[in-house]
Amino acid sequence: MAVTVSPERDTVATPTQRALKEAFYAGAISLGLFVLFIGLKTGQNMRNELVVTTRWGLLAAVVIATAVGRFLYIAYGQPFMANQKITNVATGLLPASVASRFFQLPWFIAAVVAMVLLFALNNSLAGWVGAEPAGYLQFLRALAVIYVLACVIYYFRAFIHANFTKLGITALVLYPILVVAVLSLNAWSIAGGLQGSLKWVDNFGIQILIYVMLAWGLNIVVGLAGLLDLGYVAFYALGAYAYALLATHFGLSFWILLPAAGAMAALWGVLLGFPVLRLRGDYLAIVTLAFGEIIRLVLINWRDVTNGSAGISGIPKVSFFGLMSFNVSDPNYIAKVLGIAQSGAYYKIFLYYLILALCLLTAFVTIRLRRLPVGRAWEALREDEIACRSLGINTTTTKLTAFATGAMFGGFAGSFFAARQGFVSPESFVFLESAIILAIVVLGGMGSLVGIAVAAMVMIGGTEALRELDFLKQIFGPDFTPELYRMLLFGMAMVIVMLWKPRGFVGSREPTAFLKERRAVSGSFTKEGHG
Amino acid sequence: MQYFVQQLINGLTLGSIYGLIAIGYTMVYGIIGMINFAHGDIFMVGAFAALIVFLILGALFYSVPVVIALLVMMIVAMLLTSLYNWTIEKVAYRPLRGSFRLAPLITAIGMSIALSNFVQVTQGPRNKPIPPMVSTVYSIDGVSVSLKQIIIVIVTALLLAVFWYLVNKTSLGRAQRACEQDRKMAALLGIDVDRTISITFIMGAALAAVAGTLFLMYYGVVAFSDGFTPGVKAFTAAVLGGIGSLPGAVLGGLLIGFIESMWSAYFSIDYKDVAAFSILAIVLIFLPSGILGRPEVEKV
Repeated sequence: MAVTVSPERDTVATPTQRALKEAFYAGAISLGLFVLFIGLKTGQNMRNELVVTTRWGLLAAVVIATAVGRFLYIAYGQPFMANQKITNVATGLLPASVASRFFQLPWFIAAVVAMVLLFALNNSLAGWVGAEPAGYLQFLRALAVIYVLACVIYYFRAFIHANFTKLGITALVLYPILVVAVLSLNAWSIAGGLQGSLKWVDNFGIQILIYVMLAWGLNIVVGLAGLLDLGYVAFYALGAYAYALLATHFGLSFWILLPAAGAMAALWGVLLGFPVLRLRGDYLAIVTLAFGEIIRLVLINWRDVTNGSAGISGIPKVSFFGLMSFNVSDPNYIAKVLGIAQSGAYYKIFLYYLILALCLLTAFVTIRLRRLPVGRAWEALREDEIACRSLGINTTTTKLTAFATGAMFGGFAGSFFAARQGFVSPESFVFLESAIILAIVVLGGMGSLVGIAVAAMVMIGGTEALRELDFLKQIFGPDFTPELYRMLLFGMAMVIVMLWKPRGFVGSREPTAFLKERRAVSGSFTKEGHG
Repeated sequence: MQYFVQQLINGLTLGSIYGLIAIGYTMVYGIIGMINFAHGDIFMVGAFAALIVFLILGALFYSVPVVIALLVMMIVAMLLTSLYNWTIEKVAYRPLRGSFRLAPLITAIGMSIALSNFVQVTQGPRNKPIPPMVSTVYSIDGVSVSLKQIIIVIVTALLLAVFWYLVNKTSLGRAQRACEQDRKMAALLGIDVDRTISITFIMGAALAAVAGTLFLMYYGVVAFSDGFTPGVKAFTAAVLGGIGSLPGAVLGGLLIGFIESMWSAYFSIDYKDVAAFSILAIVLIFLPSGILGRPEVEKV
């Protein structure tokens, strides 16, 4: 039989031609997607009626950016990445990796010099070049700092990889001290340093650590036991409301209520876990989502107890183990007792160490539980429920202990959250929070504590860092607010990270039980969450 | 009795909208076994597209007959929303097909967050009210039926008829049903599975866009966050009817609509969403395969 080949097949399109075609399609699709939503804007006019205004310039910019981006990716990005995998014929070596070309010593030295110079001249810069270029220079300084840090990490990567846990914990313990020290040097006074450190310790340190703790708690349910829980925020809310209500009505101390809130959340974990024992996979996810929403709706509507959407305010602060207080008016206020200057920073730093301790407790308990029979039963359950049952493992208790343990840590985190904010309302416990926590667990590589911590740092720290990008106002105009784009970028980052690494940042698993030597198992050999 | 009939009519209207959204969930779940979390936000995008078209029509012409306005809104919203769902499937779900099970769920949640925030950023966070398009109300024997409600029920019935024809009588529908039963075998028999899945997403989005247009016409207001609750309720409807079953989705939608309107009429309006979610939990616990669904056979 004659094989006929259509004439088009013989002429292979050059990469540039193909890229042009792809760029055209991408541009056309983005024009279609954005013509109504970016090209037009609905807004109120003077009579409070909706009117549309046009933004064709912005639309054109977005469409052209999409097309150009697609062109560059197809024409240069893809061939470059393909070349990285091909060995050189003459030497038999792979081309130098992108990282080693990016982090070169001359560049490193240049960045260090630029960083030191810009820091030293910080205060006089605005006077020399004007406020606007000074803003850009500060951005440049931030880039230089990031580059220098990345270089240091890159050069010492083997050492860091070998001692990651110890280094990480040391860095976390020293973090507030370092922040205060650096800022004190910068402002030439300790009080100024303490004041400036509030933002860094609170917005970055405490905020990220709360999510690390929540994600590690959820990790027990999702990562270890393989039970997909989309309503984890319910336990967080229960812990927060337990502390808020008991502390405001009965004046009980945080140190009594912390275990109480954890126990209550664990009880609710069992109560909510019991009906869903038979469910698997997606159905389980949906029912837990429904439970999460029910608890939030009850918090909104049960106004006699929870004060509805207005929330509970005036929640007492945590005391220094009952010895000293952080309220300025109290006789045993920490600054009076120790004879130091008044500052709000002590409380934040104390809270930082508190949440750090709670996080480490979660990690410690998780690591220990994995070596106990119950932890092994969780992992067996994740891999195969039927095999698990036929080996005589009681799946009911296994599932319920997973729910209860996970919920307990959610409750701890919740009561900490209430004490830190001094205010709780149902607004803080929407489904989005559950989704964020689950996303951190999955993006980090389920079951891997280190990966989850890295994911929390990247995702939460990244969105928090957007608040700091004031220089963008100088580029896009004064009404440009980067905070607005936080969740948009968060959602897109979730998609991009998942596409890039479907197994999360740390895709391999270290087995808890092994015959002769411990070997990391690639994530692709493990199954997830069919139970 | 009149009060009851009144609630029945309200429930039917609400249920039609839920049913239209639920079909998108159930089709996607049937064919690739994933919960398309972004579907509720696709519905919201449809409602917003209809809103913008409505405003353009108002700005361009002095007066447009309501029927033509609705038709134009619906068609543009369907086209635009289909494009969104098609792109999302291509970018966020297709590369992860065959990857582990949680991966597409996470990208779907990510897309849901990204879509609602995209609309918030580009169109502003406020509620968007429009002047009432149709305000005729008929009163029959003490029961008031608005023209809006009649339009909703008629449009839904017409669309479902077209949709039923597409799925049951055309080769496209046959391909879809084949993919739903066994994707690998369908591919071996020469069905373009990728294309079939794309078309499934487009069809789901088109129905959601119609639901969005009807939602906008009925309530006269839409906001960027309006995708989540109807989305979850429509998913409840799909599960209640038996996920994967198309008549089940419509039946489930109607049931959820009735339950919600009865609950707010006879018990308390505050807890109407609690009722919907409790029903979801109860149905899944006691009747996991839904009313019209096939029980799942576990293969070892």
